[in-house]
Amino acid sequence: MRLGTSAIIGGVLFALAIFVGLFAPWLAHTDPVMGANLMNAEEPPSWTWWFGTDAQGRDIYSRVVHGARISLTVGIVSQLVNSVIGVTLGLTAGYWGGWWDDFVNGLTNLMLAIPSLIFALAIMAVLGPGLTSLLIALGLTNWSFTCRIARASTLSLKSQGYVQAARVLGYGDLRIMITQLLPNMVGPIIVIGTLGMGGAVLAEASLSFLGLGIRPPYPSWGSMLSEARDQITTAPWLSVFPGLAIFLTVLGLNLLGDGLRDVLDPQSRSRRS
Amino acid sequence: MTAAPLIEVEDLRIDLDDGAKHVAAVEGVSFRIDRGETFGLVGESGCGKSITALALIGLLRRPLSVAAGAIRFEGREIQGLSAAEQRALRGNRIAMIFQEPMTALNPVSPVGRQIAEMFVLHKGKSWREADQLAVEALANVRVPAPERRVKDYPHQLSGGMRQRVMIAIALACDPDLLIADEPTTALDVTVQAEIIELMRNLCAERGTAILMISHDLGLVANVCRRVGVMYAGRIVEERGSDDIFRACAHPYTQGLVDSLPRLGSRAALGRSRLREIAGVVPAITDFPSGCRFNPRCARATEICRATAPETTWLDAGGLVRCHHHA
Ligand SMILES: Nc1ncnc2c1ncn2[C@@H]1O[C@H](COP(=O)(O)OP(=O)(O)OP(=O)(O)O)[C@@H](O)[C@H]1O
Ligand code: SF4
Ligand SMILES: [Mg+2]
Repeated sequence: MRLGTSAIIGGVLFALAIFVGLFAPWLAHTDPVMGANLMNAEEPPSWTWWFGTDAQGRDIYSRVVHGARISLTVGIVSQLVNSVIGVTLGLTAGYWGGWWDDFVNGLTNLMLAIPSLIFALAIMAVLGPGLTSLLIALGLTNWSFTCRIARASTLSLKSQGYVQAARVLGYGDLRIMITQLLPNMVGPIIVIGTLGMGGAVLAEASLSFLGLGIRPPYPSWGSMLSEARDQITTAPWLSVFPGLAIFLTVLGLNLLGDGLRDVLDPQSRSRRS
Repeated sequence: MTAAPLIEVEDLRIDLDDGAKHVAAVEGVSFRIDRGETFGLVGESGCGKSITALALIGLLRRPLSVAAGAIRFEGREIQGLSAAEQRALRGNRIAMIFQEPMTALNPVSPVGRQIAEMFVLHKGKSWREADQLAVEALANVRVPAPERRVKDYPHQLSGGMRQRVMIAIALACDPDLLIADEPTTALDVTVQAEIIELMRNLCAERGTAILMISHDLGLVANVCRRVGVMYAGRIVEERGSDDIFRACAHPYTQGLVDSLPRLGSRAALGRSRLREIAGVVPAITDFPSGCRFNPRCARATEICRATAPETTWLDAGGLVRCHHHA
C-alpha cells in the first residue's frame, strides 16, 4: 500500500487531534471550566497565556485542548453510529432486494432530501441540548451516503464468483454478508466514514454555536465560538484558536479521506491483484 | 438388495420465465448416480448442464425454476426440504467446484480461513480445531508447505493451486457427491491433467460420487463410468463410457466422437474444445419442433421434424432418444 502525501498530512493532523484529546488533562495548563480568575480576564496571547484568556480569565489554550475531547468524541461516535446504520441498511437492502430494498431506498432519498443539519437541528430541539442528544442527532442523520455505497457495493459483489460459491457451500445469508460482502466493501466505507467524521465535527460546532449542542461553560470548539461571538473585534483570539482547531481537524479528516480513497479504491485494487 | 441411489433425477424440467417469455430450458432429464459412482454430463455450451447442477442443490433462482419432476437425494425430495435443511446438505453432503478458480475464492480472506470456515459451519468445530484441519485439508490436495500456505491470500496462488484449494474446500466435509462443473477449463493443459487426477483419486479414496460436467467428451469419458449426452435441454443418449466410443447410438453423440482427435490417446485428453458440428446450437427461445437436433442432423426425416423421439432402452445398456438411432 502506498500512501499519498495528502493522506499522510491528513493522518498526521488527525492523529495530533486524537493525541491532544486523549492527553488533554496533562497538556492543559488549568482546569478548563473552574480555572477562572478575573484578575487575568481578556489577556491577549503571551508566553503565560498561549492562546490568551477570556472574560472570566480562563485559559483559552486549556479550553481548546479539552474541547478536542468533546469535538472528537462527537465526531467519531456519531460517525460510527452512522456507518453501522448505513452499512446494515445498505447491505441488507442490496442483498435481499424486494420491498425491503424499496423501503430503504425511500428512506435514503428522504434523508438526502432534507439537509442533515436541519434534521439534526429538529432532533436537538426535541431532545434538548447536551452531549447525548448531540450524539443521537448527528448519529441518526448522516448515514445515507454510507447506505448508498454499501448497497451499490453489495449489488456488484453479489454476482461475484465467491459469493455464489459461498451459497453453494451452504453459507447462510448472514454468514455471506459478514464474511464475503462486508470485508470486500470496507475500503469505500472507511473513506466515506472519514469524510463524514469531518462533517460531524463541523456539525457539532454549528449546533453548539447555535446554543443547541454543548452548552457553556463546557468547552467544545463550537460553544467557545458561540461565547466569543460578541468579542470578535475586541478579543479576536477567543474565536481564532477554536476556529483554527476546527479548521485543522476537518481539513485533516478530508485530506485523509481523499488520500485513503486513492489507496482503497476497489478498482485500483482489483487491477493490482 | 439394490441400494437406493445416492441421487436420482426424474423427468426434470427447468423453466425460464422472465415475464416476457416462458420456455423450458431443460426438459425430461432423468439420471441416477449411485454411491461412489462417477457420472458425466456432456454437451455444447448453453444446453443446460450448469442449471441442472444448480437444481440438484436447490439453488435455481429467478428467472429459472424447477417446473416439474423429482430430485431425490438419498430418497428424499430436495424441493421438499426447508431452507435450513438444504443449507445443511450444500457443502456438507453435496459439494461443488467450478470453472473459475480465479473468482471462486474470497480475495480478502486467507485460503486457510476459507477452508476452516467449512468445518466451523458444517461440523461445529471451534476455530482452533478448524484451522488445524485446514492445514491437513491442504496437505491432502498436495499443496506444498501447507502450514505456510494457509495464510496466503488467493492472489498469491497460481491458478492450479487455487483449484486445489477449491477442491480442499469442497472435500473438507467428506461429501457424498462432488459436482465438478467444468473444473479445469480455465487451466493450462498440463495442470488440467494433474487436477483431474487429484480429484479422481481423492474421490475414489473416500468413496465420493462425482457428477462431472464438461463439453469435453474425451475428458468426461476418461473420468466417468457413465456419460449422459445433453443437447438443447434434453439428454439424448446415456451410455457406459466405453460403449460410447465403440458404438454410440445418437447422431449428435457420433458428431461429438468424430470431432475428438485420436480417441483415447493421451493427447486427446488434454484437448478441451470440441470441433464444431455443422450448424449452430438453437437459441433457447426457438428450439425447433420435434427432435431438437433435426436442423443439424444428417439422418433427419419427416417424423423428426414432427414429433420428439421417445426414450429407447438399448439392449447393450443405456438409452437413446432418436427416431433413427444406430
Ligand atoms: N440466470 C439466468 N437467466 C436467464 N437465463 C439463464 C440463466 N442461467 C442460464 N440461463 C440459460 O439457460 C440455458 C442453459 O444454461 P447453462 O448455464 O445450464 O448452460 P451450460 O450447459 O452449463 O453451458 P456452458 O457450457 O456454457 O456452461 C442457457 O440458454 C442460458 O442462456
Ligand atoms: S430424431 Fe431424427 S433428427 Fe433427431 S437425432 Fe434422431 S435422426 Fe436426427
Ligand atoms: Mg455451465
